[in-house]
Amino acid sequence: MKGLKIVVLAKQVPDTRNVGKDAMKADGTVNRAALPAIFNPEDLNALEQALRLKDKFEGSTVHILTMGPGRAAEIIREAMYRGADGGYLLSDRAFAGSDTLATSYALACALRNLQTDLLICGRQAIDGDTAQVGPQVAEKLGLPQVTYAEEILECTEDKIVIKRRLERGIEVVESPMPCVVTVNGSAAPCRPRNARYVMKYKYARATQELQDANEDYMNLLNERPYLKITEWSVNDITCDPQELGLNGSPTKVKNIESVVFQAKEAKVLDASDEAIDAMMKELITNHTIG
Amino acid sequence: MNSVFVYCEIEEGVVADVSLELLTKGRTLATELGVKLEAIVLGEHLEGVEKQVFPYGVDVLWKGDDARLYPYTTLPHTSILVNLFKQEQPQIAFMGASSIGRDLGPRVSSALHSGLTADCTSLVIGDYEDKKNDKVYKNLLYQIRPAFGGNIVATIVNPDHRPQMATVREGVMRKEIFDLKHEGEIKNIDVDKFTSPEDFVIHVIERHIEKSKINLKAAPIIVAGGYGVGSKENFQLLHELASVLGGEVGASRAAVDAGFCEHERQIGQTGTTVRPKLYIACGISGQIQHTAGMEESAMVIAINTDANAPINKFADYVITGDLNVVIPKMIQYYKKNSK
Repeated sequence: MKGLKIVVLAKQVPDTRNVGKDAMKADGTVNRAALPAIFNPEDLNALEQALRLKDKFEGSTVHILTMGPGRAAEIIREAMYRGADGGYLLSDRAFAGSDTLATSYALACALRNLQTDLLICGRQAIDGDTAQVGPQVAEKLGLPQVTYAEEILECTEDKIVIKRRLERGIEVVESPMPCVVTVNGSAAPCRPRNARYVMKYKYARATQELQDANEDYMNLLNERPYLKITEWSVNDITCDPQELGLNGSPTKVKNIESVVFQAKEAKVLDASDEAIDAMMKELITNHTIG
Repeated sequence: MNSVFVYCEIEEGVVADVSLELLTKGRTLATELGVKLEAIVLGEHLEGVEKQVFPYGVDVLWKGDDARLYPYTTLPHTSILVNLFKQEQPQIAFMGASSIGRDLGPRVSSALHSGLTADCTSLVIGDYEDKKNDKVYKNLLYQIRPAFGGNIVATIVNPDHRPQMATVREGVMRKEIFDLKHEGEIKNIDVDKFTSPEDFVIHVIERHIEKSKINLKAAPIIVAGGYGVGSKENFQLLHELASVLGGEVGASRAAVDAGFCEHERQIGQTGTTVRPKLYIACGISGQIQHTAGMEESAMVIAINTDANAPINKFADYVITGDLNVVIPKMIQYYKKNSK
């Protein structure tokens, strides 16, 4: 079998799992700067599935496609440290304010620039938890989709067999290629960085990251073209600008409230026998238990 | 008039709870808007399925009965919904935030270029003022959902695109019979007309679906443990208390992630939403991701070594102490007082 051209869709997200005290501003809005930016966890599971196919089929390549600000190139580098061949950063003010539909439109337009045998992405990103972008990209490209994937069991040039992890069980499905696969967090974790790749790619940069680069650095990049992370703006993809960003988003945010705990009168007890005895009596008397 | 549509999931001839919950919500909203509630069921051997949905107030049931529609696969179900929605122009469409609804919803919304809001926790009708364009929209669907790991609650609207689509998790909405004698109209979908042969390219080779054994939603008492429980062995104590009180054991995401108990027991934004009569939170700090799934509990007991744990703000009883001491005492004094 010939090598596969695999693209992994990935997102850099604020780490919402570790929200500290300074994560909310005084006005109740989220202080993004206080949250560390990380590789979306399920996208790492997706990357691992891609790298396994690359290991299996000689001549395969794995590239990351991500949309975001300049610093999102960090996750492309991170993927390269773990075995990806490179990546594409889709970055432009025109994409700001995109909902999932406008995001998938932009990603689908960018993907038309590439020849792809298989698209893999995480099931959902932890900042929105919507799980919508994968299926929407598939629809826009007219490709079949396999969501909730846990393991790719078999892959040939024209078909792929995938184990899916559903809420209440498993399913094994066969889809024609190319297709879009979204990978569950229950799939195998991503392999760690490889020291050899870290040495090789640590100077890899996207255009936005090169604004202050000196001449030596630019010479290095010219000598080693694999250090250039391709960056695309809205002008590098064929698209209808009306479909991008806030304009292209059918959903609008009417308002946002930060969650405030409501204070409620509570009985405070210690762990003494008397206190717990009295509480259990109360609960039985008012028919909460028993 | 443009109806409210609910896509109903069916497994082994039984309409899913999440779909019946959405029919209940859909009925309320349809009445408020003065429109019909319409349900869609796609599968095979659907004779009599109307008996399951009409009592929830369904005015029109769209049936697609075809062996190729079961088990669910993405493409034919998408094509039928897209074509049916183009024909019927619903103003609102709901589906479960299940592994089916979350696979189907985005695909349908993309094909129709209509907005979709995932995992809504509340759905209400209201007006929306677009200040930029100086335009007021009447009777939009407010799609309310937590975002950003549950740290904010966002209200989303789709002013210009129809249908306004939303998914809701199982257990978030109440399931309530509207009228046992309610009868609606049945309309059969011409499956060949609404699908194309290319929609049937995905084959399900193997399938093991189990009925959920743990029914957290129906449990009147839930003993839930968090990371503070410390180990899988300590969780056994929670099982003992639950069994004595006639309840179920639940867990926070942190406890599930740490491997203390199985994923089906997870309560919170990414798990089940519960409203028991009594919720006993053991070693749970009370991150919003968790409390979003239990804050409607009628009574809450929080057992924690940290006297300032956020969970205490939800509690009726705050017990500051070691759960390994407190729980055995609760079992002991329950037994002593209950006879």
